[in-house]
Amino acid sequence: MAQVTLAKAINAGLRRAMEQDPKVLLMGEDIGKLGGVFRVTEGLQKDFGPDRVIDTPLAESGIIGTALGLALRGYRPVCEIQFDGFVFPAFDQITTQVAKFRARSLGTVRMPMVIRIPFGGGIGAVEHHSESPETLFAHTAGLRVMACSNPLDGYWMIQQAIASDDPVIFFEPKRRYWEKAELDLPATEPAAPFDRARIVRPGTDLTLAAHGPMVRTCLDAAKAAEAEGRSLEVVDLRSISPLDTDAVAESVGRTGRLVVVHEAPVFLGLGAELAAKITERCFYRLESPVLRVGGFHTPYPPSRIEEVYLPDLDRVLEAVDRAFAF
Amino acid sequence: MTGRRAVEKSTTPTPASGSTKRAPQGRGTRRTPGLDDEPELIQLLTPAGERIDHPDYPLEVTPQEARSLYRDLVLVRRVDAEGTALQRQGELGLWASLLGQEAAQIGSGRALRPDDFAFPTYREHGVAWCKGVPPVNLLGMFRGVNNGGWDPNENNFNLYTIVIGSQALHAVGYAMGIQRDGADSAVIAYFGDGASSQGDVLESFVFGASYNAPVVFFCQNNQWAISEPVERQFRVPLYKRAAGFGFPGVRVDGNDVLACLAVTRAALAHARSGQGPMLIEAYTYRMGAHTTSDDPTKYRSDEEVESWREKDPIQRLRAYLDKQDLADAEFYAEVDREADELAAQIRAACLALPDPSPTSMFDHVYADAHAQITEERAFLADYLAGFDGQEG
Ligand SMILES: Cc1ncc(C[n+]2csc(CCOP(=O)(O)OP(=O)(O)O)c2C)c(N)n1
Repeated sequence: MAQVTLAKAINAGLRRAMEQDPKVLLMGEDIGKLGGVFRVTEGLQKDFGPDRVIDTPLAESGIIGTALGLALRGYRPVCEIQFDGFVFPAFDQITTQVAKFRARSLGTVRMPMVIRIPFGGGIGAVEHHSESPETLFAHTAGLRVMACSNPLDGYWMIQQAIASDDPVIFFEPKRRYWEKAELDLPATEPAAPFDRARIVRPGTDLTLAAHGPMVRTCLDAAKAAEAEGRSLEVVDLRSISPLDTDAVAESVGRTGRLVVVHEAPVFLGLGAELAAKITERCFYRLESPVLRVGGFHTPYPPSRIEEVYLPDLDRVLEAVDRAFAF
Repeated sequence: MTGRRAVEKSTTPTPASGSTKRAPQGRGTRRTPGLDDEPELIQLLTPAGERIDHPDYPLEVTPQEARSLYRDLVLVRRVDAEGTALQRQGELGLWASLLGQEAAQIGSGRALRPDDFAFPTYREHGVAWCKGVPPVNLLGMFRGVNNGGWDPNENNFNLYTIVIGSQALHAVGYAMGIQRDGADSAVIAYFGDGASSQGDVLESFVFGASYNAPVVFFCQNNQWAISEPVERQFRVPLYKRAAGFGFPGVRVDGNDVLACLAVTRAALAHARSGQGPMLIEAYTYRMGAHTTSDDPTKYRSDEEVESWREKDPIQRLRAYLDKQDLADAEFYAEVDREADELAAQIRAACLALPDPSPTSMFDHVYADAHAQITEERAFLADYLAGFDGQEG
C-alpha cells in the first residue's frame, strides 16, 4: 500500500487504460511534456509517444470535434479541458454533436469519448478557473456525467469511463488533486460500478448527498455533527447523469432527512432535481423538506471571497440544523 | 500613403525559403524544414542598436520621443517585476509577466490615439500603460479582489480577457460600431500565438474582412502557448494567414520598439482610411514563465531563452540612444529613480486594495432589481450575521 494523490491515481488509471487498449488516445493542451497544468498526464507522453498523448492546438472546439472523428474511426479519445471555464468553446460540439451521435445513427455508432474537466473552486484562481458546470451537461441527453471525489474512485472511474461506449464528461475536483489515500495499485478493486452512488459514511439521522469536492466537506461536517450527537450519513453521488436516486431514496428511507450539497449555484442545480425526486419517492418518510446548500446566483466571485460562495462545514451544518428544526 | 503601400507589399506572398537560409537561433530542432523560413522581420533598429530604414515604414522620432519610449519600456518592465514580486510575496494570487514583450506593447500602444480602443488579453500591462490605465487597476483580478474592475470606456482599454481569443470578436464588433458612427478611430485586438488557433480568432478575421472593419489584429508571437510551441498552432508563419482572409499581414520584429510603432501606425492609418483590417505579427519572446504558476524548464531549453536575451528590447533602444548620443547617465539615473518610485506606488496601492465585502458578489450582476439576487443576498447577510460576536 502506498499513499497516492488523486492526481496520481487518475494518472495511473489513464496509464492502465492505455496499456490495455491501444485505441485509447489522450488529447489536450499542454498534456505532453508539461504533463498538463495539474500534471495529471505526467510521464505519459514519454512512455506512449506523441501519437497517443497528443498535444493539441489551443482550440477546445477543435479538440472535441476531432475527437468525435477519431471515435468514429474506432479510437477512444480521452480529452483534457484545461479548466472548467474553458469547456465552453467546445460546448457546441459536445452538446449538439457528441451527445446526439448515437441516437441519430439509430445506435449504429458508438461514441466512446471521455472529456476530463478539472472543476470547482477553492484554489484562489482568477475567473473562469473555478466553475462547476456539471448540470449544463447533465441537462443534455446522451452524455454521461460523473465526478470522482477520492483517489480510489479517480483510479477506477476514469478506467470505467474510458471503457464505456457512451461519451462521458468526467469531472475531477481540482482542489482535491493533492489529497491522498492508501492505495494498492493496480490490485485494488473498484468501489462500485461507475454509475452508482456510494455511502461513504453511514449514519442514522440525516443524509448528506454530494459529489466531487463537496464529499470531503460533507465528511468533515458529519464528523463535526457527531460531536454534537447527530449521526449523518454521507452519500457520494459519483454519477450525476444518470443520477442514482435509488441509493439516495434508500438512504433517506432510513434517515428521514436530506441535505444536498454542491458548489454549483443552487438555482436549477442538481439539488433541485434530487429534492424533487426524493420528495416524490419519500414523501411520507421525510421529517423535513429537502434542503440545498450551494453556490449563489452570481458569477463565481473573486478569490478573496470565494470561501463565502463555496459551501463549507458551517454552511452544511447550518442547513442540517434547519432540517432538524422542522 | 503608408497604409496603401503596406498593403501592396505585404500581400505579396513571400517565396518559400531555400536551404541557404539559416534557421532562427536556438529553434532549429523544432522547425519543419522548408516550411518555416528565417523570419522576415520589419526592423528599424538592429539588435545592436543600429538605426535602419524600411521603405514601407518610414519613421521620424525626435530625440525626445526616443527617450520617452525608453522611459516607457523601463517603467513597464518595472511594473511587471513588481507584479511578479508581489505574487511571490503572497500579495497576488497570480501574475502574467510581460518580460521580453515590452517593445511590442509600447510600440503598438504608443501608436494608438486616445479614441482608439484596445482589446487586450491578460498580459497587456504595457498597452494599459500607454492608454493611461492606472497600474493598480491591473492588480485587482490577479489579487482576487475583483474579476476585472475598471470601466473599459474610461481609457478605451477593455477589461482583461482570460478565455483565449474571445476578445478578437469583440474588437471587430466595436470596430463595426465605429464604422456605423462614421468616426475615424480604429480598434486594436491583442492576442497570442496560441490564440490564433481558436475559432473565435479565425471568425474575427472573417467578420473583420467581410465588413472591412477598422481593426488591427496584433498578435504577439512570443513563441509559446504555455508549453506548446508555435509549430503546434501553425505551419505557415502567422502573418501570412491574413492573405487567405483577404487582408494584409506583416511580421515585425517585436523586440524593436521603433518598428512596432511604425508598423502599428501604418496599420491604424490603413484601418482609419476605410481599407479594413490588417494583421501584425510581432515576433518576440516570453522571457519568463507563462504565469507565476508555470514551470517553463519542463518544456524549453535555457539555450533558447539565452539566445533571446541578446535581443532584449530595452538594451537595444539604449544602445541606439548611446550611439546617437541622445541620452546621458543623468537621464538613465532619472528613469531608474522614476521606476523605483512607480514600483513603490504600485506596492502601496496593491496592499491598500481592500478585500471585497462578502455580499459584494451580488452587486452589479443585473441592471434592474432581480428577485433571486435579492433573496440570496438576504440569506447570506443573515447567515453571516449569525457569526457576529463569535470567535473567528
Ligand atoms: C479557451 C481557453 N483555453 C485554455 C486556456 C488556458 N490558457 C491560458 S493562457 C494559455 C496559453 C495562451 O497562449 P498564447 O495565446 O500564445 O498567449 P500568451 O499567454 O503566450 O501570451 C492557455 C492554454 C484559456 N485561458 N482559455
